[in-house]
Amino acid sequence: MKEANDIATVMTKPQGEEIMIDIKDLRKSFGDNHVLRGFNMTLFKGENLVIMGKSGSGKSVMIKCLIGLMAPDSGSINVMGKDVTRLDQDSLDELRTDVGFLFQGSALYDSMTVRENLEFPLRRHKKRFEGNLNAEKRVMEALGNVGLAHAVDLMPSELSGGMKRRVALARTLIMQPKIILYDEPTSGLDPITSKEIIELMRNIQRKYETSSLIITHDVDCARVISERMILLVDGINYAEGTFNELAKAKDQQIQAFFK
Amino acid sequence: MTVALDIRDRITSFFKEVGDLSFFAGRFFKEFFKPPFEFNELLRQCYSVGNRSMTLVGITGFIIGLVLTLQTRPTMIEFGAVSWMPDMVGISIVREVGPVVIALICAGRIASGMGAELGSMRVTEQIDAMEVSGTNPFNYLVVTRITATTLMVPLLVLFGDILALYGSSLVEYFKGDVSFQLYFNEVFNSLEYGDLIPATIKSFFFGFAIGLVGCYKGYFCKKGTVGVGKAANTAVVMASMLIFILDFIAVFISDIFYEL
Ligand SMILES: Nc1ncnc2c1ncn2[C@@H]1O[C@H](COP(=O)(O)OP(=O)(O)OP(=O)(O)O)[C@@H](O)[C@H]1O
Ligand SMILES: [Mg+2]
Repeated sequence: MKEANDIATVMTKPQGEEIMIDIKDLRKSFGDNHVLRGFNMTLFKGENLVIMGKSGSGKSVMIKCLIGLMAPDSGSINVMGKDVTRLDQDSLDELRTDVGFLFQGSALYDSMTVRENLEFPLRRHKKRFEGNLNAEKRVMEALGNVGLAHAVDLMPSELSGGMKRRVALARTLIMQPKIILYDEPTSGLDPITSKEIIELMRNIQRKYETSSLIITHDVDCARVISERMILLVDGINYAEGTFNELAKAKDQQIQAFFK
Repeated sequence: MTVALDIRDRITSFFKEVGDLSFFAGRFFKEFFKPPFEFNELLRQCYSVGNRSMTLVGITGFIIGLVLTLQTRPTMIEFGAVSWMPDMVGISIVREVGPVVIALICAGRIASGMGAELGSMRVTEQIDAMEVSGTNPFNYLVVTRITATTLMVPLLVLFGDILALYGSSLVEYFKGDVSFQLYFNEVFNSLEYGDLIPATIKSFFFGFAIGLVGCYKGYFCKKGTVGVGKAANTAVVMASMLIFILDFIAVFISDIFYEL
């Protein structure tokens, strides 16, 4: 197995920038299925980092370990200075309000209207706002950001796939997270809707200066949005670099992604 | 050889399940006292539990009272004890038949519903979505549901008992010329606190068990649509079994008190 460093230049970002997420030697197996075998990753403040990998390569597993939905077998996961694997439930919940997560399948609460979907996290974290919670204003602002202000009273079952994804994005934004994790934001959408979602992601990033980790196997999405990329192959960070650097690489495994 | 292994596996998985369920119950008590308290959601769940099973409980209760009276009448006449009819029916319904049968109906109706509902939320990652936004889904989804069943099942039992007695009194009215007033006087005279209190306490436990099992099965539902069906199905089986076990324990304990 090749070392990541052999293949492409590591770190296109200058050293010394603030680190938002730092993953070291992450390992996770399901029985004999060794999914992650020593994955390393660093997300710097304000950057868009794309992680690409084949279906079933463990991208979702990695991101779930990152947010504490799954416990890794070993390795350290540091999010904004806190070790996720060691936090108790309350501190983890506290940390999670600073991290947004967009699910592969949107995961809207289907017994609630769009408005209630967005209000839910606000309501449950009411304490944090110390009485300054203007829920209605926040809901409308978040929906406005994704261009769906008119759909506020619809049920999730009445929305199309693209609209669901946008509502999910609005729900992720509503707590104004510092980091957003996107698990395949464009999967299952047509190319045009995908472009719209990508455009939204860029606008959001500009407007709120969030740091984003984007998981995808959509090359177009990666080209447009990535500032830096990591290729996940065989459970490790196989290669790192900018889109152009990786697209030019000679290595067969890397080339396979860009065909 | 394989049979022995199979049995061993089954026994281990049974004890693992019991352990997990107890852990789940423990977590309920821990989360119960944690803010925020979702009063509106609790009301909504109470309404949904009541609404889902009221008709079924009413009809079943009524028919049980009717049938029990019709079928025991000839025997009671034979022994010349037909005037004991209200006592006999009243006690058997309030003490045993009412709570157990109605709890079983609720197990079929409510535990399976909760298993399916939470199961599909698990499968479509809605529970995960609550988890990652730090909103404590256990507190929001599970605590409210278990509290709702614990409060509502005793009420449903009461409702079913009343309709069962009404059904029984109808038979007595038409077949034995016993007025409703006389019938219910007899019933209330024969019932003692020793009948009512254990039955009420028992019903609360049945309600708790139904909510607990339904939520447990749904909350830990396996991925895939097959998982949801299985969660709903096993929730009913397990809740029913738990009701019988609790009933046995309840009878055992109240027997000890009775002898004191
Ligand atoms: N809860 C689980 N139990 C057992 N195995 C799992 C579990 N979750 C994931 N896996 C396994 O881990 C591997 C990686 O899955 P993962 O969902 O991370 O893939 P992915 O890279 O996100 O793929 P996709 O692009 O299709 O979303 C798969 O082989 C899968 O079978
Ligand atoms: Mg995935």
